[in-house]
Order: sequence, then structure tokens, then C-alpha cells
Amino acid sequence: MATQTTGPAAITDTAGVVDRIRVSVPERSLRHDLRAVSIVWRRELIRFRTDRLRAITSLVQPFLFLFILGTGLGRLAGGSLPHSANFDFKTFIYPGVLAMSVLFTAIFSAGSIVWDREFGFLREILVAPVSRASIVVGKCLGGATIATFQGIIFLCLAWFAHVPYKPLLIISLIGMLLLLSFTLTAFGVMMAARIKQFQAFMALTQMLVFPLFFLSGALYPLNGLPAWLTVLTRLDPLTYVVQPMRHAVFSHLSLSPYVAAYLNTHLAPSITWGGWVVPLSLSLGIVAVMGLVMMSVAIAEFSKTE
Amino acid sequence: MTAQTGTRRGGVELNGSAGTEAVISVSGLVKRYGDVEAVRGIDFEVARGETFGFLGPNGAGKTTTIKILCTLAEATSGTAMVAGYNAATSRDAVRRNIGLVFQDTTLDTYLTAEQNLRFHAELYGVPKPAVMPRMRQVMDMVGLWDRKDSLVSTYSGGMQRRLEIARGLLHAPHVLFLDEPTVGLDPQTRSSIWAYINDLKTREDITIFLTTHYMDEAEHCDRIAIIDHGKIVAIDTPEALKASIGKDRVQIHTADDQAAIAELHQNFGLDAAIHEGAVTFSVAAGEQFVPRLFSEFSIPIKSVSVSRPSLDDVFMSYTGTTIRDAEGGAGNEFMRNMHRMRTGGRR
Repeated sequence: MATQTTGPAAITDTAGVVDRIRVSVPERSLRHDLRAVSIVWRRELIRFRTDRLRAITSLVQPFLFLFILGTGLGRLAGGSLPHSANFDFKTFIYPGVLAMSVLFTAIFSAGSIVWDREFGFLREILVAPVSRASIVVGKCLGGATIATFQGIIFLCLAWFAHVPYKPLLIISLIGMLLLLSFTLTAFGVMMAARIKQFQAFMALTQMLVFPLFFLSGALYPLNGLPAWLTVLTRLDPLTYVVQPMRHAVFSHLSLSPYVAAYLNTHLAPSITWGGWVVPLSLSLGIVAVMGLVMMSVAIAEFSKTE
Repeated sequence: MTAQTGTRRGGVELNGSAGTEAVISVSGLVKRYGDVEAVRGIDFEVARGETFGFLGPNGAGKTTTIKILCTLAEATSGTAMVAGYNAATSRDAVRRNIGLVFQDTTLDTYLTAEQNLRFHAELYGVPKPAVMPRMRQVMDMVGLWDRKDSLVSTYSGGMQRRLEIARGLLHAPHVLFLDEPTVGLDPQTRSSIWAYINDLKTREDITIFLTTHYMDEAEHCDRIAIIDHGKIVAIDTPEALKASIGKDRVQIHTADDQAAIAELHQNFGLDAAIHEGAVTFSVAAGEQFVPRLFSEFSIPIKSVSVSRPSLDDVFMSYTGTTIRDAEGGAGNEFMRNMHRMRTGGRR
């Protein structure tokens, strides 16, 4: 870096009126790429901060699911719980709805790429002398950050679902939200690389978001399902986050050993692949790998030229 | 990209006198989109410090050429060197050395002007201590410094274009590309944009490459290339191009226009037609022709006007059509739509 940066050198030009600032753009370097990652990331935050309406509206749906659907379905689901358990159905669906609170924000934050393309700003980004990778990485991290922030707001409502505010639980939930948000944003960015119209992007994501949510086991336990549904739930990446989150929540509840055992076998069973139990770390690993793969696809897409 | 370290900045920062080295040099450039040949083999050079204009109707291949020079599109064949680097193989090096102002706005209207420029500075890796002073300098240059904290969405079209020019200059590029810099602006704003462009030439050591389909704007250029159907049909200074036609345009109002056209053809061997409601024809040394016309013409003449050739006439003489007619043509409309479809709406 030191070789080319002449820094600002104010010199009086021939007219003697204006000081001209000498600037020279450095060769590409890791530091330069990191600056690019950081500014793309910061832009996401600025946009999110100025768009309060979006922050509020994207919390409406999880709110409805937790309080309306959760309370209503809870009456129905109550029969399957041990009588003495004093266990709220809202606690059961809380981890899934928490995942949902980041779902929309993460995918739609990637949609801003399509928006930027339609309104020209993407061009300004794509002609810059930085690697396309740093732009995509900045975008994925930016989307992950704002989505996680959104999730944290929803996390504040945990008390209403009888989920305790234990530091360890909160930290692990935030970690998992961050991972999920990253993967979902990467998924959105990958799609945004190909889809040129904002309307089409919105329609497609709307179409995908609910199947992802419904198949994740957010609203029902993953055991005892018909074979076809079992297969579909195992294909949904969201499944591999919802289950570890539910496991984390359940393990921090103060319950009698009998109820705890019942919950873990009937309501929060481990994910299995044809009888083989998928460890929690592998679950989360799968999500991380999926995110990285999709991000790589997005980088390759954006590196193409006309 | 690292292989270039030794020759970084290529021919641009050599100490040779301005105007002799080529900052842009293009040879045998061809660009095909499927069956459509948008650029059909063009060659030209732009010297350092020059303002060089590409003049032609929409769909002539101007934007395609600019996209290749700016590394946004790859040529089907031929080479383009910009600021000493090959636009196809040393993209980053070219990008560091050029500034771009596109036809459509590429600002983030949800950010303030300053945030837009800061984004650009970070993306181009402008050394941190230089960011603030340089930002102020370019914004002062286009008279927007006091509005730096306003959201870009509150800017008028002309202000947005000025901000884009400022942003294009922020990283002190050697070449500034302006693709239709004043399209869609009202005449007053257009002339103010040109005042800024002419002013920046006195302040920055910069070569300007622009495209336009406005004849009057081409007059601001040191040299222009007339491009039509993907080929350069003429390339020279505006004066030389006008001189090359060698004829003045004469317009007369007569008592009987049709008879006048017939008589001009018979007795003077001139092809006249009615344009703008007057009998119009081109003739060498118009001032000397007029007295002869008065003495020899049988039809009473009500008024006469003689004008030097404009670039309009130049364009007409090289392409056989006026730029407006060329744009109105159905074929061009079709090509343009094809292009838009392929590049996804607004490109």
C-alpha cells in the first residue's frame, strides 16, 4: 500500500485559485477488498435504519403466528400434552417463529440487489475496481446483520412464550439466528443474481418462504409424519436450525424430569436420516455449508460479463 | 492483474506533451449479440487531454462501445486499450483509471449525496486522508457542497447528473466517460451541465469521452466520430467535418415553391426540397450564389437565408439521413427494444 499512495497533496494550480487534491487509486489488495466489504455492509445498515416501516412490518407476521395462531392452536394441541405439564404451546412454536422473524428480512434484503439493478445503482458497484466476491460477501453479511437484529427484537418477546431470559440461551439463539440469516441472505443473493425484475423476485420469494417455514417443523414435531412429508422436511434447510433452536429452548426450561423427557421424545425429537440421528453440530454445519455454497454460486454469477 | 505492477498507469502518466499519446485506442472492434451486430469493426484513437465525442442516433452502437471500453461488456473481436491497459484482460487496472457517468442515474436515492460519494470512495479505495478534501473539491466544482447532507431523492434531475459527474471524478480518473450526459434534461440545465464539463477541463488533467445524439453538444468536442449502424463513417474536428461538406445551406421563400424547385433543377442543376416550409438546397459559396440567383431566377423570391453547414448537415451528408429520421426509423426502434430485452429492461 505504501508504494503508491501519495496521499493528499494540495498544490496550487496555475490559475492560483484552486487547490487540487492529488488522489491515486491503489492497486487491488486485501485491505481494499475489506474496505469494499465494509462499505457494502454499512450501506445495508444505513438503508435499514432509515426504513423503519420495513422493520415494523416484517415483525407483524411472526407476531401473528405466535400470539394468534399459537394461542388458538394451543387449545387443540393441549390434548397431546401431559395434563400436569402446564406447558404452553407458544413455547413449542416460539423457536420456529423466531426463525421466521429473520426469514423475510434476510431474503428481502437480498432483493435490494434486484432493486439496485432496476434503478441503476448496481452498475456503479459492478464497475468498481474491487472483486465481485467482496461485494457479495458484504451484501450477505449486511443482510445477515439486519435480519439478526430483527430477530433480536423478536427475542425480546420471549417472555410471552414462557421462554426464560438466560444469557447462555439468548447468546446461542442469537448465534443460530446469525447463521440462519447468513444462509438465507446468500440464498436470496444467489437468486437475485439471475432474476432481473423486482416483481418477479418478490413473487418467487413469497412463493418459497411459506413452504420453507411450513416444512421446517416450526409448527409441529418432526416425528410420526408420513414418509413423503418426512423426506420433504429433511430437505428444508430451515429444519436444521429450528430443531437445534428448539432443543436449546427446551433444555433451559425448568421442568420436572418426567415432563422434560416427554417433551424431548415427543415434541423436540432429533432429526433423523433413515433412523440415523443427525448430531446438532452437523445440523448447523449443514446450514453453514449451504450458505457458503450459495454465496459462491452468487459470486460466480456476478463475475460474469456480458 | 498484479503482473502489471511495473507498467502501472501505462502510457498515461508519461511526461510527453499532452495531445500526442493515445489514452484510448481501439482497433477492429466488433460486438455481436446473437445475430445482431451492434458494433461492426471500428478503429479510433483518443489523445490525452482531448474531448472526444461519439455522435450518432440511438441504436448506432455508441453505448455498446462505451460498455466495452469501461469493461462492462466483452468485445466479440478486436482490442480496446484504455489508459494503457487492455479493457478485456486488465479490467481492474482500467477501472481504477476511468470515471463513468451513465445515461440512466446510478445513484442510491435513499442515501445522502455525501453517503453516495463516500460509498464510491471506499469502493475505489481512495486513500482515507484524501477522501474528505477530495469530496469537498468535486462537490464544490459542481456547486453541490451545501447540499451534501440532503437525500439524493430530493435532488432535481440536473443536480443528480451533476452529482454523478462529481462522483465520477472523485477518484481522479484519467479518462471520464459520459454516456449521453444531458439526455432527458431541459435546455437550460443542459447548458449548465456543459458549463461544468468545460470548467472541469481547466481544473483536472483529464481526457473526456462522450456519446451524444445532440448535434449542438458535439460542437463542444475537440474531435468527433460519426457512428451509424455500428460503423464510424467520419472522424475529425467539428470544423473540419463541416468544411469537408464545403456547401452552405440556402433557404428561399418564393411565390411558387414547386416551380422554384423545378427551375433550380433545370437551370442550376441543384436538388432542392421543402424543409421547414422553405425551399432548401445546398450550394458551394452560398453568399456568391445568391446575387446570381436573384438576377437569373424567373420566380419572384420573397426571402432568402444562407447558413454555414451545421453538424446536422454533416451527419446528413455521411449517412444520407438526419439524426432525427434515423431515430424515428422502425428498424432502430426494433434494435433498441431487442437490446433492452436482452440487457434486462433498464440495462
